[in-house]
Amino acid sequence: MIPVKINHLSFSRNSHVVFNDVNISIDPGKVTAIMGPSGTGKTTLLRLIGAQLRPDAGQILVGDQDIHRLSQKELYLARRKMGMLFQNAALFTNLSVFENVAFPLREHTQLSESMIRRIVLMKLQAVGLRGARDLMPSELSGGMSRRVALARAIALDPQLIMYDEPFTGQDPISMAVLVKLIKDLNTILGITSVIVSHDVPETSSISDYIYLISDGKVAGKGSPAEVSVDSSPEVKQFMHGLPDGVVPFHYPAKDYREDILS
Amino acid sequence: MARSANITWEREQSCLRLMGDWLCTTLGKLPATLDKLSFPRHTSFMVDASSIEKLDTAGAWMMHRYFSQLKAFNYSFEVQGLNPTHQLLLDRIEAQSSHIRVPEHPQSPPLLPFIGREFVQKVLHFLEFHSFIGLALATFKQWFKPKNIQWNSILKMIEETGCKALPIIGLLSFLIGIVLAYQMGLQLRDYSANAYIVDFSGLAILREFGPLITAIIVAGRTGSAFTAQIGIMKINEEIDALRTFGLSPVERLVLPRIFGLLVAIPLLTVWADAFGIMGCMFMANHMLDISYMDFLKRFQEVVPLKTYTLGLIKTPVFAVLIAQVGCFQGFQVAYSADSVGSQTTRSVVQSIFLIIITDAFFSVLYSWQGL
Ligand SMILES: Nc1ncnc2c1ncn2[C@@H]1O[C@H](COP(=O)(O)OP(=O)(O)O)[C@@H](O)[C@H]1O
Ligand SMILES: [Mg+2]
Repeated sequence: MIPVKINHLSFSRNSHVVFNDVNISIDPGKVTAIMGPSGTGKTTLLRLIGAQLRPDAGQILVGDQDIHRLSQKELYLARRKMGMLFQNAALFTNLSVFENVAFPLREHTQLSESMIRRIVLMKLQAVGLRGARDLMPSELSGGMSRRVALARAIALDPQLIMYDEPFTGQDPISMAVLVKLIKDLNTILGITSVIVSHDVPETSSISDYIYLISDGKVAGKGSPAEVSVDSSPEVKQFMHGLPDGVVPFHYPAKDYREDILS
Repeated sequence: MARSANITWEREQSCLRLMGDWLCTTLGKLPATLDKLSFPRHTSFMVDASSIEKLDTAGAWMMHRYFSQLKAFNYSFEVQGLNPTHQLLLDRIEAQSSHIRVPEHPQSPPLLPFIGREFVQKVLHFLEFHSFIGLALATFKQWFKPKNIQWNSILKMIEETGCKALPIIGLLSFLIGIVLAYQMGLQLRDYSANAYIVDFSGLAILREFGPLITAIIVAGRTGSAFTAQIGIMKINEEIDALRTFGLSPVERLVLPRIFGLLVAIPLLTVWADAFGIMGCMFMANHMLDISYMDFLKRFQEVVPLKTYTLGLIKTPVFAVLIAQVGCFQGFQVAYSADSVGSQTTRSVVQSIFLIIITDAFFSVLYSWQGL
């Protein structure tokens, strides 16, 4: 149960400003959703929290530690408390499904083989893939890989877990199961959960608090009920999926015709 | 079957007729036709588009551009017979294109800044490589506690890079031995100094060819594999996943590869030495009538142990170079398949380059020390 506090965060990729003075506070033991159109930097934000990227300015506190000021060793210790579900699953392609889920257990615990087996099967059962344990990652569909990755991320029962678009590519049934699983993990184990998503209804249904990011800034925040009736144009456009409005559909580009002619 | 786009001027009817399929794939010769087309100035005429059967964006764009040119030259004309759906496409293109200027011609970048940029990039790359070596060394500290050592991975690397390379290295060294003995034999026979083939081949194979051939083959076979493996793991975010489990990718991926090669390359060199000498023996027997027994007897007498050890001393250095360059280039892979290819090439070229430089360095060092 660790809180995350993001203070005055700024970050740019090359010349493209991804975040400009963003403040976000993630309460311990709650489900916080980070939403926003694709390309606004949701994945980037998770990478910043996991200290795989360094901010240009500002700080990120995980628990009471400034994650970017830790020594290499402290950082590796801090990361063991965090689980992360990657957008592309990021399974180890040379290990079977079972071994992928067992990996963190083998690395960080001294559990016996039979204990590891039991835990892995339990986690795989939770994501509905116990039967797929002997498959290799290349034999899984995108949605299945992501569920295996979820089982792996929760193998060690982390205190903070970050889900990068967990619902993308899921059929309605597994979607419902995942939504329930994420909520259960949060209520039963009290894991602080961060969900990055643009699936508005699913995410709203399980989150306690929502941040809406757009154009490098926090465009709206509040409980799902508050956000859904927010009157600011960006929030309204995103939450209700309107094609035209202040949030542009296009990634910033030079003039269309100039591009075509050149 | 799509017909190619065409345009003709029909003088009798004062009519410009557009024909065929105006598609991306069939536009081909149209620009040339347009350039050649001539008709009297200051006439007003009709454009008959009714024979156009298919039109796509490229075709509509071409049509729009041509019409704009005509308008710019003050021709007055009227378009007729354009299919309503085609008209829709053309209107859309016109609407999109209303707000712009034509961009300036891009200038080719001047030479001097280009050279400067390349130079700075090379220097940065060089520094990065050094910091990577430093990182590997710093990470190595963790292995001072024997329980941290990744024995499994090291053994797997030895199997992968050592055992599986035995056939190819054996064969190539044998062939090099044959080639070398043949060339030397030609000269020695002229001077009736046949027996010296043993001295020369011992020296050449043990000191130079064995270690060098091994290192170069391993660089091509294993260094490239290291780059590709790590690069693909990076694209697949597996490296990030390792980090989130609180594990250091350098410790997990780089150290086992370095230590695997540190064991494999010296052993492979011994193997290459043996096969190289066998190649020489075979050729000496064939060409210079030196029996296998005589060859080995003389070998013992004239080739000192020092020759063998001086060759072997170089091999751990080669091993570290190949592993470091291979892994470093793997971590340099950006998020695309193209980049895996180019970094792999780079990895092989750089390791072979460094191997040869190191070998030359050792030669200078040895001669300096009078060895
Ligand atoms: N490796 C990278 N190099 C440069 N720019 C990147 C890289 N990864 C992402 N970006 C840019 O950063 C911005 C945010 O990306 P991301 O965080 O992946 O968005 P999303 O909200 O869809 O997860 C995008 O504009 C993207 O183009
Ligand atoms: Mg993303």
